[in-house]
Amino acid sequence: MGSREPMMRSSIQHSTFNTQHSTLRFVLPLITATIILALWAVAVKMSGTKIFPTPIAVAKAITTLAEKSLLWRYILDSLTRVFAGYLAAIVIGIPLGFLLGWYAPLARAINPLIQMLRPISPLAWMPLAVIWFGVSNAAPIFLIFLASLFPIIVAAMNGVRNVPPMYLQAGRNFGLSTRQLMIRVVAPAVLPRIIVGLRLAFGIAWVVLVAAEMIAVDSGLGYLIIDARNAGKRYDLVVAGMLMIGVIGLLLDTGMRAVEGVVSGQRSVASKPAASDH
Amino acid sequence: MKVQFTDVSMRFGAMEVLQHITLGVEEGEFCCIVGPSGCGKSTLLNIAGGFLAPASGSVTIDGEPVTAPDRRRIFVFQERGVFPWLTVEGNIGFGLFDMPDDERRQRVTQYIELVGLKGFEKSYPRELSGGMKQRVEVARALAVNPDVLFLDEPFGALDSITRLQMRSELLRIWRAEKKTVLFVTHDIEESVQLADRVVVMSARPGHIRRVVEIDIAHPRDLSSRRYIELRDLIFGEIGLAHQV
Repeated sequence: MGSREPMMRSSIQHSTFNTQHSTLRFVLPLITATIILALWAVAVKMSGTKIFPTPIAVAKAITTLAEKSLLWRYILDSLTRVFAGYLAAIVIGIPLGFLLGWYAPLARAINPLIQMLRPISPLAWMPLAVIWFGVSNAAPIFLIFLASLFPIIVAAMNGVRNVPPMYLQAGRNFGLSTRQLMIRVVAPAVLPRIIVGLRLAFGIAWVVLVAAEMIAVDSGLGYLIIDARNAGKRYDLVVAGMLMIGVIGLLLDTGMRAVEGVVSGQRSVASKPAASDH
Repeated sequence: MKVQFTDVSMRFGAMEVLQHITLGVEEGEFCCIVGPSGCGKSTLLNIAGGFLAPASGSVTIDGEPVTAPDRRRIFVFQERGVFPWLTVEGNIGFGLFDMPDDERRQRVTQYIELVGLKGFEKSYPRELSGGMKQRVEVARALAVNPDVLFLDEPFGALDSITRLQMRSELLRIWRAEKKTVLFVTHDIEESVQLADRVVVMSARPGHIRRVVEIDIAHPRDLSSRRYIELRDLIFGEIGLAHQV
């Protein structure tokens, strides 16, 4: 037996590099933000505009909203809607994507329909959503469901199609039934791809949320923006709403990336051969 | 005969891949199949493994016709067949899912030791070199205690030094476990180093040109006259002069 081939990571070098890297990761964006805020404040002052708010006015608006606890209610309502639509899309999209990826004839039958529906903006469904669901929470949830459904189906379908054949062959060789093969081989093999799909889908869902809340509901961050403009041209509130959407979107995306990192960190990309042999 | 091919032919569409293969492999034999790329040797192995049905002819193992994959005969690929989402332990125990927990653990430990991966039980494949991954795959196959191993160019992706080490490893394991081995390779040297018999195939459509008995005891001296004689015989049979 004897010789043991070397491990491939030089962890010491890596960690020093990462420490520097993570400090920079916070400092650099902070510098950018400071510069942008300064430019914004100066531009508002110099132009003498009465309509566009200064950063300070926006900060005050956010504080006021928070004090009236309206902010938390709106954020909570928006998040609830996004998660409801998004979870429904996961529950339906992943099994459907598995079926389409596994049974080629089914994909041939259904995929053209999916590819035809996919380029239609979810917002185009708005009028129909209002007819079907009326003025209720269900209308924006439906739009978010639609927005996230297609990327999830496509990620799951392509993932299943691209499982390396030797994994399936090995699974069959060890006597797995189709069901066991799905659970023990296909599902873990497609997980990284599905997680990427889920993150993309979530990004789209969050973008669609604002537009979806401009109809049919009277709460949420999207509603805040349209309501602030309609009821008294409160542009400080408009910009406050925009900022909140951006910040929450960033936080959620960061969370999803962390999950993605954990899963893909466990393994190298399946098709990539080990570097030491080539 | 342990594995018996009888007049096996195969075609993919209009392309004839294998022609009238008749070959018997004895229990415990190490049989190498060599031939130029695309000669159908991997296809032959896939038919024996039950992954492909031949166009005509039949394969029997212990007299039973082969119709589907079976845990009693395991196919080993290049090292990329290991599951990247499982640890070394998880990979080696993969085929033992219907075994009681402690029995499975014991079996996994036994085969981790056999292939020399002690200390790497919890490692993921990405942390292993190519040779180590190949050991994981061999151990995963052996753990279910098959009586036949099919190896399809298992060391093709390894560097030449690791490949030499893996060959002597495989011979050691083969002697310890007494399996019947069908080993496909395009490397003539490899076949002469490993096999009891070397089956030399023609270019596509593949048929058997010659079966060469390697009558050298292990460990084999790679500079002995007999080794060179047999090696050159096979080179000649494939139509290559052994010079660069």
